[in-house]
Amino acid sequence: MQTLDLQEIGLREVNATLHAQAENTNQTAWEIVNPKGAHAIACGLDAPIEVTVRGSTGYYCAGMNQQATVNIAGSAGPGTGENIMSGKIVIEGDASQYLGATGHGGMIVVKGNASSRCGISMKGVNIVVQGNIGHMSAFMGQSGNLVVCGDAGDALGDSCYEARFFVRGSVKSLGADCVKKEMRPEHLELLKSLLDEAGIDADPSEFTRYGSARNLYNFDVDNAGAY
Amino acid sequence: MCGIVGLFLKDKSLEPQLGNMLTDMLITMTDRGPDSAGIAIYGDDSDNSMKFTVQSDTPESDFETLAKDLGDALGQPVQVEVNSTHAVLIVPAKEADSIRATLASIRPNVRVMSRGQTLEIYKEVGLPKDVAARFGLSGMHGTHGIGHTRMATESAVTTMGAHPFNTGDDQCLVHNGSLSNHNSLRRKLRREGIHIETENDTEVGAAYLTWKMREGASLGEALESALDDLDGFFTFVVGTKDGFGVVRDPIACKPAVMAETDQYVAFGSEYRALVNLPGIEDARVWEPEPATVYFWSHDSAPTTKEKAA
Repeated sequence: MQTLDLQEIGLREVNATLHAQAENTNQTAWEIVNPKGAHAIACGLDAPIEVTVRGSTGYYCAGMNQQATVNIAGSAGPGTGENIMSGKIVIEGDASQYLGATGHGGMIVVKGNASSRCGISMKGVNIVVQGNIGHMSAFMGQSGNLVVCGDAGDALGDSCYEARFFVRGSVKSLGADCVKKEMRPEHLELLKSLLDEAGIDADPSEFTRYGSARNLYNFDVDNAGAY
Repeated sequence: MCGIVGLFLKDKSLEPQLGNMLTDMLITMTDRGPDSAGIAIYGDDSDNSMKFTVQSDTPESDFETLAKDLGDALGQPVQVEVNSTHAVLIVPAKEADSIRATLASIRPNVRVMSRGQTLEIYKEVGLPKDVAARFGLSGMHGTHGIGHTRMATESAVTTMGAHPFNTGDDQCLVHNGSLSNHNSLRRKLRREGIHIETENDTEVGAAYLTWKMREGASLGEALESALDDLDGFFTFVVGTKDGFGVVRDPIACKPAVMAETDQYVAFGSEYRALVNLPGIEDARVWEPEPATVYFWSHDSAPTTKEKAA
């Protein structure tokens, strides 16, 4: 395990060191100590390495991640995993607002709660939250899956496209054009595989599926008054 | 963008270090607000007197004989403690209501930053570290305090545009965000006779709270109605004589992190601001919910109902 002390060498040196790891690097295990809520820790990684951040992080930790696994042994600030392409991010504590915004692929796991706008404009990322999520989550979600083992806040899935949402607890309110949907066998199977991949023990049959009613896809003159 | 920090001490043994801890938090938030900085500190209780923190752009000439001139005008002795561009006036409580008018006539260029029994407000333009050094903030003691670093968006970078704003005796407001209906609200509040000095949006927010409380609302009720009447983005932290309160607008774009231990309750715009506090590793850390008014006071456990002030 290689250890990088962020206090000692600074953010640029930490990130440059991780960026320098090639596809076939032998140094696959890294830890970052003394993160102290700094911004943009382990952003833009693109190698099959595993990085553990020992503490809480600020804005945009592990943004634009590809291939790498980033563990945050603390809580994560706003915009964590923004535009993740692949790989995995695991947050031991809570995540702040717009977790995994615009994420195209990979997986984000939150062991605590996620705040507002979780998975906003998600485009293929899978997000699994063990606790609750805040308001306006998955706003304009286009693709991918958002799994919530606790409760969801106001306006879940507002104006969503083809992203799927699985919620075990209550949903405070659904956003425009987001509706409850039937759990078919293929959904139970998908949810089981997502929970397994996230390492979370929960019974897929206890979840409800939500998704787009597809009424906003095309302009309807009856909606003209709504604009 | 702006930065807010707040620290409310439960452990009295930390009171001598309040200024030091708050200054460290404030300087960490420089990235969020390098234009101006300010701090509201709740220190010694002035018993039967009232404290006014005043500011002047020409402190040498304005403050030199202020104690004597103000004392002569009131017919009462007045204590004046000068601190850079600011001075704290300690006057008998029964004279408090006449101070603003008296100052306006004998020192027209002196501006009142705060009024209260324990509250003092210090604020100036410049980098937070320079503002902190100018006033010796790190040496101040007290029970609780609030700091603000400003990145101006809605009005000019001036001392009067800096935060905190005094809303009533021993009460103050700091703001991260921007209000979009401040022009119409300013006209309305001025018609109601509320004094508003600048084109700043937060001053309107503070004046709104002052007006609501003048009409009989508690601070908690005033904050609740602010959720309906203020249009725009805000995370507000309000200081009161025995604690502080937090409220975020329903959209809650502006960040807020809180931490609580047996020794303190702390507020930061970012977790970074809190990392040097004692025992932060084991603190309970969370984000305040949108559209919810929180208060902490020395008198009671945390509550979302108004208990302080």
